[in-house]
Amino acid sequence: MTLLSLQNLTKRFGGLTAVKDVSFAVEAGSVVGLIGPNGAGKTTVFNLITGNYRPDHGQIAFSGTPLNGLRTHRIIMLGIARTFQNIRLFQQLTALENVLAGCHYRMRGGILSAMLRLPSQRRAEEAAVERAMRELEFVGLREQAPTAAKNLPYGDQRRLEIARALATQPRLLILDEPAGGMNEQETEALIGLIGRIRARGITILLIEHDMRLVMRACEKLIVLEYGGKIAEGPPEQVRLDPKVIEAYLGAEDEV
Amino acid sequence: MSRAQLAFAGLAAALLAVAPLFLNAYQVDVLNSIGLYALLALSLNLILGEAGLFNMGHAAFYAMGAYTAAILNSRYQIPILWTLPLSGAVAGAFALLVARPVVHLRGDYLLIVTIGVGEIVRIALVNDVFGITGGANGIFGIGRPKLFGFTIRQPQEFFYLIWGFVALTIFLFLRLKRSRFGRALNYLREDVVAAEGSGIDTDYYKLAAFGLGAAWAGMAGTLFAAKMTIISPESFSFWESVVLFMIVILGGAGNIAGVLLAAFLVVGLPELFRELAGARMLVFGLVMMVMMVVRPQGLLPARGRF
Repeated sequence: MTLLSLQNLTKRFGGLTAVKDVSFAVEAGSVVGLIGPNGAGKTTVFNLITGNYRPDHGQIAFSGTPLNGLRTHRIIMLGIARTFQNIRLFQQLTALENVLAGCHYRMRGGILSAMLRLPSQRRAEEAAVERAMRELEFVGLREQAPTAAKNLPYGDQRRLEIARALATQPRLLILDEPAGGMNEQETEALIGLIGRIRARGITILLIEHDMRLVMRACEKLIVLEYGGKIAEGPPEQVRLDPKVIEAYLGAEDEV
Repeated sequence: MSRAQLAFAGLAAALLAVAPLFLNAYQVDVLNSIGLYALLALSLNLILGEAGLFNMGHAAFYAMGAYTAAILNSRYQIPILWTLPLSGAVAGAFALLVARPVVHLRGDYLLIVTIGVGEIVRIALVNDVFGITGGANGIFGIGRPKLFGFTIRQPQEFFYLIWGFVALTIFLFLRLKRSRFGRALNYLREDVVAAEGSGIDTDYYKLAAFGLGAAWAGMAGTLFAAKMTIISPESFSFWESVVLFMIVILGGAGNIAGVLLAAFLVVGLPELFRELAGARMLVFGLVMMVMMVVRPQGLLPARGRF
C-alpha cells in the first residue's frame, strides 16, 4: 500500500528550480532514503511534504488525502512527523516539555479549563506526561527528562527531536540527516533505533549522507541531483547506477 | 515551587496585606500604582514573556478597557465594577482584530506595528472619536466602585481591591502556566517552526495570547478608571507601553515573581527618589543597558517546570 506519494513536484525560488518534476512513492511499513549531493533539493522536498513550502506544481498525497495547501500543523495531525536538519528543539525547556509538544494536539483543554483546573484536564495532563515519558524511554532519555534541551549533548538532542516527533503518534516519520554530527557509536545506536521505530509499524523517510547507515537501514533509495530524480530502487542497485556514481564522484572525463 | 520560595511568597503577601495599616495615604497610593502596573505587566507577560511576541502597544488595550468602563459608567450609569467583564471583552476583541493581520510578523516588525496601534488609539481618543471619548480632556465623573454595598473611596480601600485582583491574577496565571495552553505559548517563544511542526496551531495560540493579555489589560483599565474617576488620553501614552515592556524584560520574561519584583522596582523606586525626578529617564536607560549586558535573561529568569 502506498502511504505517501509525490507527483511531478516542482518548487522554484526566484530563478532557481530547487525541485524539478520529482515523483516517488513511499510504501507503508518501509524505510526509504532520500540521498544526493549537497544542494540537490532533499530538504526542500521534506519542507514541501510538511507544508513549510508550497509547491509550484505537482501533487502530494498522504494515504489518499491531498496535502496541498494544508498548514503544517494540519499535516502533522494527519500522521506525518518530522525532525530538522539543524536541530530545532525548544532550547530553554526541559526534555519532557519538548516531548509534550508532540502530545499537544491529541489533548483537549484551553484557557478556562486550565484556570479552573478541571479534573478532566488534570487526567489528560497526567496521561500526556506518561506518554511523553514512554517516548523518552524509547529513545533512551528517560533520565534526562528534567534537563533543559540546550544542556543535552548533541547526540541526545537528535534523539530528543525523534522522541518529540514520535509523541505525535505518526504513521510516517521524516528524518532530516538524523546521523548528522554523530560519531560511529551513536550512528550504530541510531540504526538500532530506526529498526525499533519501524517495528512499531511506523514508516520512515530519511535524508542521510552517511552511506553505511543508508545502505543498512533503507530498503529503497531515491537519488536527487540538481532538484531532479536521477535514480530509484534498492540500495544494491542504486549504488551501481552509473548516473549515481557520476553525481557523487563526477563524470570520468572531468577527472 | 520549592518550600523556601513558597515561604518567601507567603511572607511577602502577608507583609503586603498589613502594609496599609502602617502607611500613610500617599504611600498606599504608590502601592496602588504598583499594583496596577503589576497587573498590566502580568498581562503583557503572557504576550511578551510567555509567547515571545513583541508588543510595545499594550497601553492601547489598557485604554480600551478604561474607556469602555468610563463610557458605560458615565453615560449609562452601569456600576463600574459590573463593566469589568465587558471592558475585558472589548479590549480582547480589539486585540484580536488588530493582531489578526500582523501576528505572523516576527520580532522587531511586530514591535513597530504594535507601537503604531498604540499611537493610533491614543490619537483617536484625543480626537474624540465617535464623539464619546471626550477628546483631550477625557471623561470625568466616573462613579466610585461598590462591592457588596460598600463604596470604595480611600486609597486603603482601593489597595485591597487592586491587590486582591493581582492575587487572583497570579493564582489563575500560575495555573495557566502549568497547562497545555501555557506550554503552547512557550513553544511559540522558543521556536515557531518547530512548534508548528509538532502539530501546534501557532496562529491560533499567537492570537489567543494577544486576546487574553489584552482582555486582562482591559480589566486593569477598569480598575484604573474606578480609582482615578477621571481618565484622559495622556494616561495611555507610548511611554506607558515602554514602561510595561521594560518591567517584563527586566523582571525575567515568563517569570511571574520576576515581573512583580520589577514592577516594584520600576514604579516604586522613582517614587522613593522623587527629588531626582529629572534623572529618572537617565537611570531607567542606564539600568536597561546594564541589565542587557550583565543579565539579559532578567532578574528572575523563567525556568522549565518539570
